[in-house]
Amino acid sequence: MAREITYANAVLEATTQCMESDASVYIIGLGVPDPKGVFGTTLGLQEKFGRVRVLDMPVAENAMTGIAIGSALVGMRPIMTHQRIDFMLLSLDQIINNAAKWHYMFGSKMSVPLVIRLLVGRGWGQGPQHSQSLQALFAHIPGLKVVMPTTPSDAKGLLISAIQDDNPVIYIEHRWLHGTFGDVPKEMFTVPIGKARIMKIGRDVTVVTSSYTTLEVMKAARLLSEDGIDIEIVDLRTIKPLDEEAIAASLEKTGRLLVVDGAWKSFGVSAEIIALASEKSFAALKAAPRRLAFPDVPTPTSWALANHYYPRTIDIVNEVRCLLNKSQLTESALGIDPETPLDVPDKNFTGPF
Amino acid sequence: MRKDSALSLYYQMLRIRMVEEAIARVYTQWQMRCPVHLCIGQEAVAAGLCANLLKKDYVLSNHRSHGHYLAKGGSLKAMFSEIYGKENGCSGGKGGSMHLVDLDAGILGSTPIVAGIIPVAAGVAFGIQMKKEHSISVAFFGDAATEEGVFAESLNFAALKKLPVIFVCENNYFSVYSPLSVRQPKKRNNLSIARGFGVEGEEGDGNDVEYVFKAAKKAVMYARSLRGPYYLQFDTYRFREHCGPNFDNELGYRTEIEFSRWCKRCPLETYQRKLLHKGSITAKIINEYKTGIQLEINEAVSFAQKSPFPKPGEAFTGVYA
Repeated sequence: MAREITYANAVLEATTQCMESDASVYIIGLGVPDPKGVFGTTLGLQEKFGRVRVLDMPVAENAMTGIAIGSALVGMRPIMTHQRIDFMLLSLDQIINNAAKWHYMFGSKMSVPLVIRLLVGRGWGQGPQHSQSLQALFAHIPGLKVVMPTTPSDAKGLLISAIQDDNPVIYIEHRWLHGTFGDVPKEMFTVPIGKARIMKIGRDVTVVTSSYTTLEVMKAARLLSEDGIDIEIVDLRTIKPLDEEAIAASLEKTGRLLVVDGAWKSFGVSAEIIALASEKSFAALKAAPRRLAFPDVPTPTSWALANHYYPRTIDIVNEVRCLLNKSQLTESALGIDPETPLDVPDKNFTGPF
Repeated sequence: MRKDSALSLYYQMLRIRMVEEAIARVYTQWQMRCPVHLCIGQEAVAAGLCANLLKKDYVLSNHRSHGHYLAKGGSLKAMFSEIYGKENGCSGGKGGSMHLVDLDAGILGSTPIVAGIIPVAAGVAFGIQMKKEHSISVAFFGDAATEEGVFAESLNFAALKKLPVIFVCENNYFSVYSPLSVRQPKKRNNLSIARGFGVEGEEGDGNDVEYVFKAAKKAVMYARSLRGPYYLQFDTYRFREHCGPNFDNELGYRTEIEFSRWCKRCPLETYQRKLLHKGSITAKIINEYKTGIQLEINEAVSFAQKSPFPKPGEAFTGVYA
């Protein structure tokens, strides 16, 4: 039975159900049992499952990741959380050298069933070291899986899949999605890792995107439809392994590709998808693929600057129109207030995060 | 020290030494195409420590792991096959000398990232504790590993949770060719650092196998009785080059005087003299040991050499479980 709950509650529910059904699952991270419970995603877990399986941790990201790996080698299934993706960069050694390779380099004798929940976000002046989106970094590494669900239902289903998976899974959740609502089945269910979701069926242009950016593309889709332009939105859900078939199938239909990625442009997910389209769907393409992503500079803090850093809905609209050889539009022509700040998810949002 | 324990320690050291020397000999046929970090000169730490461990106890090690692997009971044939890159190697040819594993013997892996396995070993102890099992976990690492952040981080967490883990630092005074003096201040004392976290421990002569054995016995009893982690530091010396089958004194990073001083303290030879002197062992027994070990080595080398390489497609399997 489905009912509407928030993304944050969907994450909490997935964690709860996995901990109920498997005693080897435990969750560890800075602030996991604190009064805010990682933006509500871990609230009440310690009361329910005790201090052994629900733990805070020392601020020592690299060793703690190694410790989670070690526990996984003897049968535990750790979930590790980081309140900012930026903090966990200290643990890249353990993730890339150990977690990602342990299965391979020891001849498939062991596996590391580890989920690392990483929060990414934007806005409210979080600046260069609090708002990076690094999915491409992890997706580059053989041995890791990378998921970044958009909807509350996918957040739950993919987290359960990640916890049940015998490999290290990087689970990236956008802070601006935590408060979004959606229908989520109450019972335990899985969304397969490696399968994209067609968020919207369309015929003119394939727009491949993921996570929070999907919501922006959906906004653009509504504006485009007013001009009779019908885009198909492919929400990747999983970055690695990439659902190549879903992208190819959509391109067979539309012949036009735009990738919108909430991360830096160079060497990122958008580059990979366009390379893939060139290699495998070249014959279907009617126009050169395009991409829209963050400029290759660190995130500026001042909201005056952030307003010129993040792509706007109008940019998505115009990228699609460009693919269709249609004229470029202005925000005022579409009735969008050009002063709309980009450092908050909506006008009602007040910080700090 | 009981006579049978003493003989067993001697035998272990001798076996490790002879295996390493065998590798050095066949290495120059250039069929072992991976780095090898021989532990000749450092055998006492592996032998003395592992003599206190049970099969169910876990060991993780670093790039210089052959001694730890053998002393804990790792398969000799699987090790040679692995170094030769064969499909029946302990890691299926995907690891080589720097990635030895033998789950039946409790060897969960060795890796060449300095200090990389220290937190993993602590995590194994954390898992053991959560599962309420009674084994212990041991991390073998070198002096340079204590310079890495995870060393302090792992001591901190192990002490916080009273984890059944033993941190074993084999101080051979060099990280490749960089001596301790350029890496650590003179007054630095790792044992004090461990104690600063509330971790018990001791340090001493890593070339005296009976000392290592006794220190390790205390550590193992301490960890097994769930009192918490233990730190051991043993001073020792590597005789061969950092990586490879040869000697490398000609590079000039250490003096001949220093080298020969350590050679006089060779853990195997000093112990052999001691046992002969005490009458615990005879030249005849030593020869029997050597003959037996040599047969075992010859068989393992020949087994590995004759074993097939993994099929090319194997390179692409096992990325994901």
